[in-house]
Amino acid sequence: MATKTQSPRDAQLQPVPSAEDEAGQAYFDKIIAEDSRIEPADWMPAGYRKTLTRQISQHAHSEIIGMQPEANFITRAPSLKRKAILMAKVQDEAGHGLYLYSAAETLGTPRDELFDQLLSGKAKYSSIFNYPALTWADMGAIGWLVDGAAIVNQVPLCRASYGPYGRAMVRVCKEESFHQRQGFEILLELASGTPAQKQMAQDAVNRFYAPALMMFGPNDDESPNSQQSMRWNIKRFSNDELRQRFVGMIQEQVRVLGLTLPDDEIRFNEETGKWEYGELDWNEFYEVLKGRGPCNAQRMERRREAHENGAWVREAAAAYAAKKAQKAQVA
Amino acid sequence: MATSDQTAMGTSDKTPATEIGHTPEKAPWPLWEVFVRSSRGLSHVHAGSLHAPDAEMAVRNARDLYTRRNEGVSLWVVPASSIVASDPDAKGEFFESPKGKDYRHATYYKKSEGVKHL
Repeated sequence: MATKTQSPRDAQLQPVPSAEDEAGQAYFDKIIAEDSRIEPADWMPAGYRKTLTRQISQHAHSEIIGMQPEANFITRAPSLKRKAILMAKVQDEAGHGLYLYSAAETLGTPRDELFDQLLSGKAKYSSIFNYPALTWADMGAIGWLVDGAAIVNQVPLCRASYGPYGRAMVRVCKEESFHQRQGFEILLELASGTPAQKQMAQDAVNRFYAPALMMFGPNDDESPNSQQSMRWNIKRFSNDELRQRFVGMIQEQVRVLGLTLPDDEIRFNEETGKWEYGELDWNEFYEVLKGRGPCNAQRMERRREAHENGAWVREAAAAYAAKKAQKAQVA
Repeated sequence: MATSDQTAMGTSDKTPATEIGHTPEKAPWPLWEVFVRSSRGLSHVHAGSLHAPDAEMAVRNARDLYTRRNEGVSLWVVPASSIVASDPDAKGEFFESPKGKDYRHATYYKKSEGVKHL
């Protein structure tokens, strides 16, 4: 499915679109114009397939890598209740990864190839998971801000034009609101605790606020692919639209927490009806994306280790299945 | 190549275990489609797909993946390769109801309007 950038010479050698392709394109355009859904067996433009494979698999990788910051805290959860909640949340993230890998696979790239792309570093995942979780309050900030931002991003994706992606997102979104609420509750409890606990909560919010805002991706004028994704009805709102919507949503919530956001420039613009906020450090964003964030190396190392250490389990399960199938044949 | 979601995207006669370069232990696990009955009296509905080495593990994985919140009282797993789909290219011709057959619907019959219990 990999299409390389074509030189003009290559372009000349391209065959004229077949009648079949032309009919396929026409049908595809009609479905998109009707805001209906494309299904795996339908004809689709190569670019649409490639964009979706990249987006859905990156999304899946993010869920899988995203298990790590919170899994690290399961042994340090302050109570049995919190431990059970955290385990359920981490299990959900694994589930979300699997829903999304299934959806990506319907576009034609096998699962093990998708895994290889992550393990080899060829595929990216959300930059947010390359920030460290330092204290228990970070579990709160991750749930409230990171899952909160993810929800704002994901709700419109439930209506993505590619059927399997939309259906996976419906499942994910149903489960995600528990994640955000449990995070909010962790912060609320700390914020109404001792001054030291409240400070811990504030510190976590201070560190996760900007990275959470950057989860929506670069500013619109720096995000050329967004336009095409919106024409294809994969994306429904621009990065900046979603980001300012999220900033608005957390204003009331941070007041309930009795905490503050580390940005003095947040204000509601009556004229545009939009929330404004201070400029984000995009250099940092691109550095993290390029692999030079605080935890990139650690996250990848941990992922490879988990994959390699799980090899014997996968092999044993396959061997057992083969043996059982053989026995059944003999019997 | 296995594709999920009840729709064949082109079939390959290679089974995963026989693909070149794979010993049976290292071959990718086959793909299963999962159907969940949400409560008694309702049909099983397609929920998604997963990979598993055999049917038994597929059912267990399906439980963990698709029913973490009481979503179901019964599960079916079906090898994705066993599903036969209608021809995706036929589209209209295959499904479109021939015109002029409105009489198959109750709404076609207007004269009985206003008559009770009909």
